[in-house]
Amino acid sequence: MTGTSLPADLTRATAAGLAQALAAGEVSAVEVAQAHLDRIAAVDGTRDADGVATGKAVHAFLHVCAESALADARAVDDARAAGQPLPALAGVPIAVKDVMATRGLPTTCGSRILQGWVPPYDATVVANIRAARMVVLGKTNMDEFAMGSSTEHSAYGPTRNPWDLDRIPGGSGGGSAASLAAFETPLATGTDTGGSIRQPASVTGTVGVKPTYGAVSRYGLVALASSLDQAGPCARTVLDTALLHQVMAGHDPMDSTSLTGEYPDVIAAARAGATGSLDGVTVGVVRELSGDGYQAGVLRRFEESLAVLTEAGAKVVEVSCPSFTVALAAYYLILPSEASSNLAKFDAMRYGLRVEPGGVAVPTAEQVMGATRAAGFGDEVKRRIILGTYALSSGYYDAYYGSAQKVRTLIQRDFAAAFGQADVLVSPTSPTTAFPLGDKLENPLAMYLQDVATIPANLAGVPGMSLPSGLAEEDGLPVGLQILAPAGADDRLYRVGGALEAILTARWGGSVLDRVPDLSAALATAANGATR
Amino acid sequence: MTVTDTTEAVLAYDDVVAAYDPVLGLEVHVELNTATKMFCGCPTGFGAEPNTQVCPVCLGLPGALPVLNARGLESAIRIGLALNCEIASWCRFARKNYFYPDMPKNFQTSQYDEPIASNGFLDVELDDGSTFRVEIERAHMEEDTGKSTHVGGSTGRIHGADYSLVDYNRAGIPLIEIVTKPVEGAGERAPEIARAYVSALRDLLRALGVSDVRMEQGSLRCDANLSLRAKVPGAAPGSAQQRAVPLGTRSETKNVNSLRSVERAVRYEMTRHAARLAAGLTIVQETRHWHEDTGITTSGREKSDAEDYRYFPEPDLVPMSPDPAWVDELRGTLPEPPPQRRRRLQTEWGFADLEMRDLVNAGAVELVEATVAAGAAPAAARKWWSGELARRANADGVELAAMPVTPAQVAALQGLVDAGTLTDSLARQVLEGVLAGEGEPADVVESRGLKVVSDDGALGAAVDQAIADNPDVADKVRSGKVAAVGALVGAVMKQMRGQADAAKVKALLTERLAPADSTTDVSTS
Amino acid sequence: MSAISREEVSHLAMLARIDLQPDELDRLAAQLDVILDAVATVTQVAGEDVPATSHPMPLTNVTRPDEPRPCLTQDEALSGAPAAEAGRFRVPRILEED
Repeated sequence: MTGTSLPADLTRATAAGLAQALAAGEVSAVEVAQAHLDRIAAVDGTRDADGVATGKAVHAFLHVCAESALADARAVDDARAAGQPLPALAGVPIAVKDVMATRGLPTTCGSRILQGWVPPYDATVVANIRAARMVVLGKTNMDEFAMGSSTEHSAYGPTRNPWDLDRIPGGSGGGSAASLAAFETPLATGTDTGGSIRQPASVTGTVGVKPTYGAVSRYGLVALASSLDQAGPCARTVLDTALLHQVMAGHDPMDSTSLTGEYPDVIAAARAGATGSLDGVTVGVVRELSGDGYQAGVLRRFEESLAVLTEAGAKVVEVSCPSFTVALAAYYLILPSEASSNLAKFDAMRYGLRVEPGGVAVPTAEQVMGATRAAGFGDEVKRRIILGTYALSSGYYDAYYGSAQKVRTLIQRDFAAAFGQADVLVSPTSPTTAFPLGDKLENPLAMYLQDVATIPANLAGVPGMSLPSGLAEEDGLPVGLQILAPAGADDRLYRVGGALEAILTARWGGSVLDRVPDLSAALATAANGATR
Repeated sequence: MTVTDTTEAVLAYDDVVAAYDPVLGLEVHVELNTATKMFCGCPTGFGAEPNTQVCPVCLGLPGALPVLNARGLESAIRIGLALNCEIASWCRFARKNYFYPDMPKNFQTSQYDEPIASNGFLDVELDDGSTFRVEIERAHMEEDTGKSTHVGGSTGRIHGADYSLVDYNRAGIPLIEIVTKPVEGAGERAPEIARAYVSALRDLLRALGVSDVRMEQGSLRCDANLSLRAKVPGAAPGSAQQRAVPLGTRSETKNVNSLRSVERAVRYEMTRHAARLAAGLTIVQETRHWHEDTGITTSGREKSDAEDYRYFPEPDLVPMSPDPAWVDELRGTLPEPPPQRRRRLQTEWGFADLEMRDLVNAGAVELVEATVAAGAAPAAARKWWSGELARRANADGVELAAMPVTPAQVAALQGLVDAGTLTDSLARQVLEGVLAGEGEPADVVESRGLKVVSDDGALGAAVDQAIADNPDVADKVRSGKVAAVGALVGAVMKQMRGQADAAKVKALLTERLAPADSTTDVSTS
Repeated sequence: MSAISREEVSHLAMLARIDLQPDELDRLAAQLDVILDAVATVTQVAGEDVPATSHPMPLTNVTRPDEPRPCLTQDEALSGAPAAEAGRFRVPRILEED
């Protein structure tokens, strides 16, 4: 039973719409949860006993917790029936990236080495989501330990892009982005170390925000690169993204790098943006983040977005950030260095996989560690651990890690100068649209280039958003626009993003995602049977 | 590796110091007595059930993050100040990366090139009353590891074990590592100086109140580095001429867990190094393990190039920049330096050097001070703590300070003696009751009925009884053999189960048994 | 910054406790070479006078009060352990004492 404010198919509703209908009693949380679980069953596909994806389907989820989701939903309905006050998003479904520790739910980070691990605690973000009485549907697929831009590095098989099942959904948070584009959930969480929220949003036609470093607690996020990681919201609209952002963000005494003090009201900013006016806003176009290496259709949509921003009243200026050209290089030294240390804890002693080496009667701890890490980590993880070990080793530290940290200073200075000239900066989020599965697997450097425009924000800690700017003419696939703001000014992303979204959807007569091909029919055969 | 676990040749000590100049380096790890661990809120108590004082942070669970214990930082700064160090105006933690099963994250959160405290010194008093200055290189913060038990094999030791069991209760307990600069110029006194340094450091840390400093429980641990270099004929230890000789290869002796062991281990390593050098062999740069039972060290891990800790600034903890005003405030909380304090107290209390040294060695200075503060006379306080209580602590194998009696209780006990309520012998029985947890001294006197009987009636009856029971002795006394009264006093005391004032008993007996010319009956019963 | 040898990769794998197979060593040596070549630009851009940035936000002095918080139970602590015995994590024999 749905009220007049909701579409007949509940999975097509926005989180804002669902929240309103739930609060008004037009629909129950159980109905909403069931609709999304049904959708997941219909399009997500199946997995074998080892958790590996079977057949061609979206495979956005590594783990679906239908039972607890329905129980949580029922509890929300009961509370509402009893007249208890509930948070705004109570009963709204959400998918959680598998990098976040969830008490009682498996958390694998897409890695074999954590297969079967059930954390005894919740990440702060997850605790915030539970406190908001949102309904967790399950855990989403990702590149192993968030290393990758395609989810092909997941040990449990790739997630496929709902726009074209033979293409990647971006990464590392391809599972979360695909689950949104496939209408399996209205909201999802992500983490962004070099673009893992924004690039998947870009190639799936969804919205994703990497908040200011420290705005969202990192406690309970399995660390990739501690000084770069930042969790953030993923959704299908700017407003929905803001709603989740508000739930996730906030000071956490369990995270030393968590920011204190006033945090801007991103929801109000999103609503203000939706009026479509950007009078008095200066938008800077970063010269170094477009041009060579960017797909023609991506650049076309970017130019169009600039025109729209101007139309909305914004002043568009060009800015230069020369050190951005070495951002990728610095990133691929800092990230592996920190990752090599963060991933040392996976050693078969306290949790996770334990593999005994062959040919040894009573193996030593050292031998078991070596064998387990060889068997439990995939190629990309090994590659980055070895690279990081190298960059930190004595004799190379100053040249590599030390120099990369200096580049970080230069990038911060470039941002400071650019934000002296503009309120926000813009660029294409990703140089290309979604590429075919397998296309870049054998060429790590080509894969790394996917993050060329998103990485500077992580190095400097500033917030960034990706939102749809339309489809590329040559392949009909979504293109994302990236908006960057100064640290702490996350609201500006929503103001500008909200305006652009309002104008573009009005122009298109709907959302980009209205044009996602119909999945259910194509997958009907693949998806019969239980999903996990 | 050519060095094996067999006993090595050693050179006679006199020959060692005649030919070589020893250079020491001492690394002391001290566990802070904070209520919680360095980076999480788990308690730090000793002896809990395994893996019950752990959380996602100190277990190194994926996703967990550290947050610095404010008191840990404060203690580190106070230690640095007490060691006359400069306190860093800005410093960071660093990760020391290496794999070991008792280290949950496979990196230790430590400090590398930015220690909280550096460039200090500690003046160490030696047995002959002279002072030796030990220069401090640095003091930095880090975290402890878990504890492994090795199972199987024949010895239960690490070699030959089938597997190990790990308890992470200790993992994450705050540690301060205090590292000396090379200690030069010690000469033949190197072993004594090593011991005296650790002892002085222990006293200082105890006075600061930052650690339990129990070497036997591992809350104070010492690693002793030693190298020898050729002695320059005629040059004094520590002279510029001697210092110009390059340092020799050093060994690092671990597991030195008592003051006496520090001295013995350094002495042993000097004789071992010298024997090798004299035989034309090289010293292997390695870790060595000290064996308390046999008094020797054996080879451990060889320090090699393979060791590469890949230090980098800990991104999960933010830099520390202690406010100078706060540091000054902490400077104001520093205790009087222990040697100075000891001299002051000795003068105040009027103790002989030997008496004072016994108190120091027994770790009883603070206890006596507190007992005196609670009202006891210094001599009486000393008598309790270095007498009866030291004897009992020794018998029970516990530290004096760990005895279940407070200085206030000791003072109260002495107060009862001073008031004549208890005799010394009764007081010891009351102490026993206090130690057994029966309450305050006054409660024990009451519940055990141990008060001295001064009621003349009861005493008189006992005296009369004793005279009646021992007519021969009584006659002897009457006839002038006054010394014989002792036997009768004993009889009365026995009858009163010790609860009588012996002097009063004697007086009553003397009255009763006065020579015949004094016939007045003083008995009022 | 030039070639990284197979031996070097083998040494790094030892430091990182990953038993790499011979073919992996070869492949990684070649890939790391390409990657290191590409990232070598970082060594050329920043001068001596540029300070290093280890943390993106300039926070300092973040501490917590020395107050106990709830621990995990022993069962929770050991819940993920590949092997446990007597309330402790059971691990393979340890070769060298540190």
